Amino acid sequence: MNNNLPAIQIDDLTVAYDYKPVLWDIDLVIPEGVLMAIVGPNGAGKSTLIKSILGIIKPIAGTVQVFGKPYKKQVDKVAYVPQKGSVDWDFPTTALDVVMMGTYGNLGWIKRPGQKEKKVSLEALEKVGMLEFKSRQISQLSGGQQQRIFLARALVQNAEIYLMDEPFQGVDATTEKAIINILKELRQAGKTLIVVHHDLQTVPEYFDWVTFLNVKGIASGPVMEIFNDDNLTKTYGINYKVAVNQ
Amino acid sequence: MELIDFFTDYTLRTITLGTAILGAICGMLGSFAVLRKQSLLGDAISHAALPGIAIAFLITGVKDANYILIGALVSGLVGTFWIKGIVKRTRLKSDTALGLILSLFFGFGMLLLTFIQKMPNANQAGLDKYLFGQAATLVEKDVWIMAIVTGISLLVLLLFWKELKLLLFDVDYTKTLGFNTRFLDILITTFIVLAIVLGLQTVGVVLMSAMLLAPAAAARQWTNSLGVMVVLASVFGAFSGVFGTAISASQNNLSTGPVIVLVAATFVVISFIFSPSRGLLFREIRFRKNRREIHLKKTLTFMYHIAKNHENVSHPHTIRILNNFQGFTRKTLTKLEEKQFIQIQGNDWAMTEKGYVEAKSIFNQIGKEND
Repeated sequence: MNNNLPAIQIDDLTVAYDYKPVLWDIDLVIPEGVLMAIVGPNGAGKSTLIKSILGIIKPIAGTVQVFGKPYKKQVDKVAYVPQKGSVDWDFPTTALDVVMMGTYGNLGWIKRPGQKEKKVSLEALEKVGMLEFKSRQISQLSGGQQQRIFLARALVQNAEIYLMDEPFQGVDATTEKAIINILKELRQAGKTLIVVHHDLQTVPEYFDWVTFLNVKGIASGPVMEIFNDDNLTKTYGINYKVAVNQ
Repeated sequence: MELIDFFTDYTLRTITLGTAILGAICGMLGSFAVLRKQSLLGDAISHAALPGIAIAFLITGVKDANYILIGALVSGLVGTFWIKGIVKRTRLKSDTALGLILSLFFGFGMLLLTFIQKMPNANQAGLDKYLFGQAATLVEKDVWIMAIVTGISLLVLLLFWKELKLLLFDVDYTKTLGFNTRFLDILITTFIVLAIVLGLQTVGVVLMSAMLLAPAAAARQWTNSLGVMVVLASVFGAFSGVFGTAISASQNNLSTGPVIVLVAATFVVISFIFSPSRGLLFREIRFRKNRREIHLKKTLTFMYHIAKNHENVSHPHTIRILNNFQGFTRKTLTKLEEKQFIQIQGNDWAMTEKGYVEAKSIFNQIGKEND
């Protein structure tokens, strides 16, 4: 959408919950149109980084820019897939209703969703293979199905940038394939995708860009160039050998 | 008191209308408190209102319900936002913060009440009715205030329905869509505090939180839609008010507040037992039925394994063959015979054609599910 500006630019970002910094002086430039994995050990600040980009968490220092402007001015260009465990799935609502929530941002205050919003939500449900579950109470969906619902909710936001917090967590192989196909399709359409990811084995297969994070930013760039044992060792602190570079 | 008086007596009609409206607004806003997992916040708010009641009396020197309402509102709000502040700024969990504020404000309120009682002022008596409530003191003006506040909160809920629903389900996501979650939080909390303060005169500080929670908890059992839940909770709340008032009026000297709360609690008990999808009763019935069906299926597939080795599937076998098999009972056999899956003759059983087809399909299905 904008040829010169990066999708996301982070400068000197520092975040702390208590006395201990969770993110320390992060500088990161994410170019437009990449499918990027954020990898790092537990407690590395991966979710915090995503939440800082989205303005959910206020940083102690530093700035985040989305296509050259603060997030607040670009809310309509960014979609978010939170961790599945972050909400109470016993909430009294249906699958379709949750997906429709993705349209609320564009609707703005007070205006209610109508036929148009329902139509795009149904399309998104179909895309993630969940159309037959549209009227299902959300607590009666399996973990993988709940994850698909969250993905569908982000899809209806029709954004330029998608931030996803562990979308593959606790899903079976079929769902993982289905999700990654949708992500790749989005990238084909020129969207930027940023995904917190845990399975190092699949990084080269799924992603074209990667950021190594462990409180500090270790490295960021094309998977082909920087996804190597050296960076993995720096990030995870142990001598890492992953059979990925063959 | 006769039933006919209930409809003709002006005072009683006012009180009934008041408790019905109170029940409705409490059910409506209580649904939001319950779904935000802030059930106990209501308890803290009502207790926190007590010093406000006392201070309002001390300042004005009169027992005017309006001043007292404002005092309760201010001190309830202060308590609420202190709780929120404590949770946000310290490492204390919300239950600790609630307990702390609740006892602190309530203690201070009681202190002020005893102080007021010792004052040489003829006006003082009756402030302690706010502890347990006294519906008999409701007058038409009070009911009007309740009706207006209920109307306003209904309007606000309808207006911000979409945003509030989003806030209840996923706060962080609400923020990322550009909505001001702080505004929404203050909005819904303020109306919850308002509802509680409105009920203090009728139900009292101590029991008020039950008015907020019971109708909502009962309603949740019957529906999986937020809209239906809010409406149902209002209806349950209103009925609790009406029934409670009627019962207490027909039985002399029964305090109205506690009776209303007990009626609401009855709604909860009935809902927890008899709700078709979430109730204990039907869950137990479903569980037993499932277990019986699985027994039946297991027995049938076990028989299938024996029968399929014979050219004629209906070849008879002795029942003793099944003895080693877990979960088989005489009852299972009878049930299978009833369904015409097997035939029993003396000590032998034989699979029917129908039973064989059924067993084969169960076997194939289970195999597929395990893939």
